[in-house]
Amino acid sequence: MPAATLGALGIPACSDNRRTSASSSYAPTYFRSAEWAFIIAAVGRLIPSEGMGPGGVDAGVPEFIDRQMELPYGHGAYFYLKGPFLDNSPPTLGYQLRYTPREIYRLGIAAANSATQKLQGKDFAQLSAADQDRFLALMEKGETAFSTVPATVFFAQLLANTKEGYFSDPLYGGNRGMVAWKWIGFPGARADFTDWIDQAGRHYPYGAVSISGATDG
Amino acid sequence: MAERKKSVDAVIIGYGWTGAILAKTLTDAGLSVVALERGPARDTSPDFEFPRIADELKYGVRGDLWQPLANETVTIRHSPNDVAAPYRKYGSFVLGNGVGGAGVHWNGQLWRASPEDLNLRSHIEGRYGKKFIPPEMTIQDYPVTFAELEPHFDHFEKVCGVSGTAGNLRGQIKPGGNPFEGPRSDEYPTPPLPPIFAAQIFEKAAAELGYKSFPVPAANSSIAYTNPYGVRLGPCNLCGFCERFGCFLYSKASPQTTLLPILAGRSNLEVRTNSYVTKILLDDTGKIATGALYIDESGREIEQPAPLVILSAFQMHNVRLLLLSKIGTPYDPATGKGVVGKNYAYQMCAETAAYFSEDVEINPFIGAGAAGQRVVDEFNSDHFDHSQVGFIGGSLIYAGATGGRPIDQMMVPPGTPAWGEGWKAAIRKHYRHSAPLGTQGSVMSYRDRYLSLDPTYTDSHGLPLLRMTFDWHANEYKMAAYSASKMEEIVRAMKPEKQATILMRPGNPYDVRIYQSTHTTGGAIMGSNPSNSVINRYSQSWDVSNLFVYGASAFPQNIGYNPTGLLAGLAYFSAAKLLDAYLKSPGPLVQA
Repeated sequence: MPAATLGALGIPACSDNRRTSASSSYAPTYFRSAEWAFIIAAVGRLIPSEGMGPGGVDAGVPEFIDRQMELPYGHGAYFYLKGPFLDNSPPTLGYQLRYTPREIYRLGIAAANSATQKLQGKDFAQLSAADQDRFLALMEKGETAFSTVPATVFFAQLLANTKEGYFSDPLYGGNRGMVAWKWIGFPGARADFTDWIDQAGRHYPYGAVSISGATDG
Repeated sequence: MAERKKSVDAVIIGYGWTGAILAKTLTDAGLSVVALERGPARDTSPDFEFPRIADELKYGVRGDLWQPLANETVTIRHSPNDVAAPYRKYGSFVLGNGVGGAGVHWNGQLWRASPEDLNLRSHIEGRYGKKFIPPEMTIQDYPVTFAELEPHFDHFEKVCGVSGTAGNLRGQIKPGGNPFEGPRSDEYPTPPLPPIFAAQIFEKAAAELGYKSFPVPAANSSIAYTNPYGVRLGPCNLCGFCERFGCFLYSKASPQTTLLPILAGRSNLEVRTNSYVTKILLDDTGKIATGALYIDESGREIEQPAPLVILSAFQMHNVRLLLLSKIGTPYDPATGKGVVGKNYAYQMCAETAAYFSEDVEINPFIGAGAAGQRVVDEFNSDHFDHSQVGFIGGSLIYAGATGGRPIDQMMVPPGTPAWGEGWKAAIRKHYRHSAPLGTQGSVMSYRDRYLSLDPTYTDSHGLPLLRMTFDWHANEYKMAAYSASKMEEIVRAMKPEKQATILMRPGNPYDVRIYQSTHTTGGAIMGSNPSNSVINRYSQSWDVSNLFVYGASAFPQNIGYNPTGLLAGLAYFSAAKLLDAYLKSPGPLVQA
């Protein structure tokens, strides 16, 4: 994709490294300050600003995750959370922990910071980008042991919520300006392809619209 | 002590597709009817209104139209000796909730069964010999034939405004349709939509290989259409918010868009939503149902007396309510005796992703649950010679995007990092240029696969959850691998840059974390006598003759098609018998 086309879509061709400034105007409700620093740092590595395309922090993903924690979802309202809780059920039978998403973040971030303190004497957010990437990969593969919530469960939750925030309608606080939709070419809540029923295979030229009616110009 | 309501002529438990079909039948006949629905009231407006419905996170990921698992779920284990674990988060299947049930969020792929699906055991024994069926496989014939159901399949297609192309019209094979389908008495009521681009490429590739592709029968009306009840549907615009969503365009058939508008004003029908039925009540003999017990929105326990009980909840809930009500003998896998919970089955599906170059405009967001898709049926049911393949059953193979939902349906080739700069680059490169194909395969029934009540876990009212004992058998691994190889052959002919297949292989147990199919079946199966089934050919309980049970719980084994066409056909077949015989003279319609 030539850079000229990217410019026309309003997507910065290179990172302008707004990682922290983009979220600084939002004050988190659920996350405490050390947790918030972790979320911003982790989202900044899972969907980095480097390279072409919008980064997760610029897209408002940290705000999305914080707001989700205050909704029924964060409180576990979508899940069956009655005991007893089995500790040796095969992974193929799915999630068997007692924790809500809020609790997974609280425990997971504390465990992650404690692990990076032990390894490098710093919280996760203070590590270099390369070290953050290495630690995220350790969590992803379960190669760091957390005593509370398993690292793999915490990582999977974090990555899933990060992608949700990146791609969901901007009404939830992420995907600001529909940047992620513009990046991949998803027209959002347009939901009207009557004129395209007979035009299969042609390039679809229209931009995204959001539920609020915002368009990408 | 439960509050006791005034008796009505019939009580309906579950107000989805079959509940609505029976509500119409019974109120047409002048009966007073109360329908009890566990979930909320829902209608096209305001519940599925644009633009609020176009919200992937709310409906496609969190599942706000689905049954809240927090209150009630199922437990699952792989074998009878394991401890079952609760299905705590949605994965493998999604359950409907509220008025319209799963008929709100479904895709609208409206298939009939193949004729041989309905007499499977005798068909297989006749063609391949009795030894072809493994001893642990407990498949059996339906006690009803394709020819008997055909007028009801036809009627339901007209109720739904199904778009499609006939392949076998009164015995004559027609070009462009499914040459393997049973003879149909009439064309589909509306023409198919043209294929979306992925389906066009599939169609061409299938033709090159000599396969006969045709439009997926779609309960996504292609034109402005008025159904036999005078209810109007509008043309589908391939909006992409179909599968997992309610339709804002009145295009996707649902009880709301086909049946409920004519029932809404009836003085002899009362629908009580947020009414959670806990038991079907029986008289002292245990042979006659006297009504239903339920818990209303404010937590009060209420008894609704009625001399006719219609159990039309989702497959799993039907089985659970029979067990909670102690109707029929629970199935025991050790002895093979008992029938309630017997022959639970599922589907086995494979997927192939086709990754094209960036000049191939797949536009995955243009699509519907069914409209615009194309399919081949060569490798389903007994449409091909099974004598050398070593399994029973088969799959349909279909192509066509269902909305290209970015959170849930992002396709990137294997080897792509799951996060970071590489992932971000890959989603842009592949999103608009990748096409999903899938197989949907039958699963046979087995002696050790069944449903029962869980001894440990309970719902929010303290009642036992349903327990599923299920894993794949060798027959299904072979079936899925064979179907996937045919799908991969077609995909190669589509000439993508890359392709990748997800397939369950021997050694991969049933994995509840991955969405596979909501087409769960069995547990209250239909059969020729009380020793092999819960209900007779008219969906009437063998044990309690004023109880009728509808839905895919009736299927003795699963099929390689979506279940709604078959279960609606069985419901209309039963409804006709209710009118002709039962309502005039209540009692057993088939002598045991």
